[in-house]
Amino acid sequence: MTPGRNGARYLGHGLPYTGIEDLKGTLITIEGTDGVGRTTQVALLKEWLEVQGYGVIETGWTRSELMSETIGAAKAGHNLDRLTFSLLYATDFADRLEKIILPALRSGFVVLADRYVFTAFARSIVRGADPDWIRNVFGFALVPDLTLYLKIDADTLVPRILRTRGIDYWEAGMDMHLGTDLYESFRKYQWRLIREYNRMARDLDFITVDATLGIEEIQARIRRPVQALLDSRRMRALSTSLDRLRPLLFEAEEDDAAGPEAPSSAGALRGPADLPGSGEAPARAARAPDRD
Amino acid sequence: MAGSSRLLRRGKLIVVEGIDGSGKSTQIKLLHKWLEARGHRVVFTEWNSSDLVRQATKRGKKKNLLTPTTFSLLHATDFADRLTYRIIPYLKAGTTVLADRYIYTAFARDISRGVDPRWVRDLYSFAVKPDAAFYFRVPIDVAVDRILGARAKIKFYEAGMDLGLSPDPVESFRLFQGRVIDEYDKMTGEYGFKVIDGTRSIDSQQQQVRSIVARIYNETGLAEAS
Repeated sequence: MTPGRNGARYLGHGLPYTGIEDLKGTLITIEGTDGVGRTTQVALLKEWLEVQGYGVIETGWTRSELMSETIGAAKAGHNLDRLTFSLLYATDFADRLEKIILPALRSGFVVLADRYVFTAFARSIVRGADPDWIRNVFGFALVPDLTLYLKIDADTLVPRILRTRGIDYWEAGMDMHLGTDLYESFRKYQWRLIREYNRMARDLDFITVDATLGIEEIQARIRRPVQALLDSRRMRALSTSLDRLRPLLFEAEEDDAAGPEAPSSAGALRGPADLPGSGEAPARAARAPDRD
Repeated sequence: MAGSSRLLRRGKLIVVEGIDGSGKSTQIKLLHKWLEARGHRVVFTEWNSSDLVRQATKRGKKKNLLTPTTFSLLHATDFADRLTYRIIPYLKAGTTVLADRYIYTAFARDISRGVDPRWVRDLYSFAVKPDAAFYFRVPIDVAVDRILGARAKIKFYEAGMDLGLSPDPVESFRLFQGRVIDEYDKMTGEYGFKVIDGTRSIDSQQQQVRSIVARIYNETGLAEAS
């Protein structure tokens, strides 16, 4: 696949009918098992980014217009097997990718995904799906610009879940028949899921954050890599704009040499800070990246 | 992947393929009657008929929400559900399963809609290989006449209207189903389709189908008690 302007690329075969060369935004995903605090962290991160002036769009697992009701009903019915389980998630994800994530990235938004394909990989693989098969199914997904992984161990997670919202049938992996005891099944299932997440975190260079820390401390550790990523993208966008301006600069210098009436705009173009004030077309080019 | 190799199969899986208006549904109904008359236990399953994604598919089609990829994945989900509940248990029990459309429908339509051919083939790699796949081949004009004669209206996705090939449904149907025919033709050798000329009379097509099916039962010596 041809990488997009910001290096966007597909995980696998991609969407042959959809170009990704024009993606200006940034895709940040937050992964981690059930009850680890992802949603809280996404909300805090969104708030912080918006205060800085970034347009932010949030998208969550199974929240697609097309599939959310169907998935809810299917889970309530407890009649999913590992194939339909994986495929329902894939359909939901494809709908959100094409209807929410890609258009937002095209418009320059920061997209925060609460769970991403790695959740589908972990859940399908612990249920015995062929890892190559499930990765191919999700081959139309974009590779995120940054994946934050909230890491916790099952022994810390279990009492936390019991204190907060209680155990859910699917979060306990009851469909896997690991045992009839809900508590034991939950512990075993989460242990397996976490092992799968940890493996991906190592292989795929996730930014791992210790989820046993306090909410504020976790947020601080999340903001650092996010800030670094967005800063580096802004710098890259500026230098691209400057490259485009260079011919104009040289032309201006020649004009300077030719006579004293030459326009002085070239002199204003010394650093990124001066860009927005200078000539019309160049200023628009410099403002294009990331923001809005 | 879903144990198609491990599956202990006693029943036969027979599938029919072809574009809308090719006459395949008529033929599979006649085959069903014949098999039952000969004492076989037979179940029938149809493309896009599981309860699991019915609502989503209906809504997606009605509101034109579907993209080539979500269209493909919804049908794969439907198929996976029917494979688990309507196909594999019956084959294990020694029942003949007749399927009106199978994974080749997905390959032909989804590739015509622009999804990656390798992706969709791998998506369905969990499917069971049929004992016979009949392909009812008809020229596009015959199919259009049959559909317009029978129900006077061509459906939006059936005509590939989502692809914007033509604003006229009949013209869009011709263009889209023409692509689907090309895909079926390309697959014929790869999957060993039994090609039936869908322009011939109903009974002569049926005779041809029956003689091929009879051979399948005899070959393996697994003809069920009659």
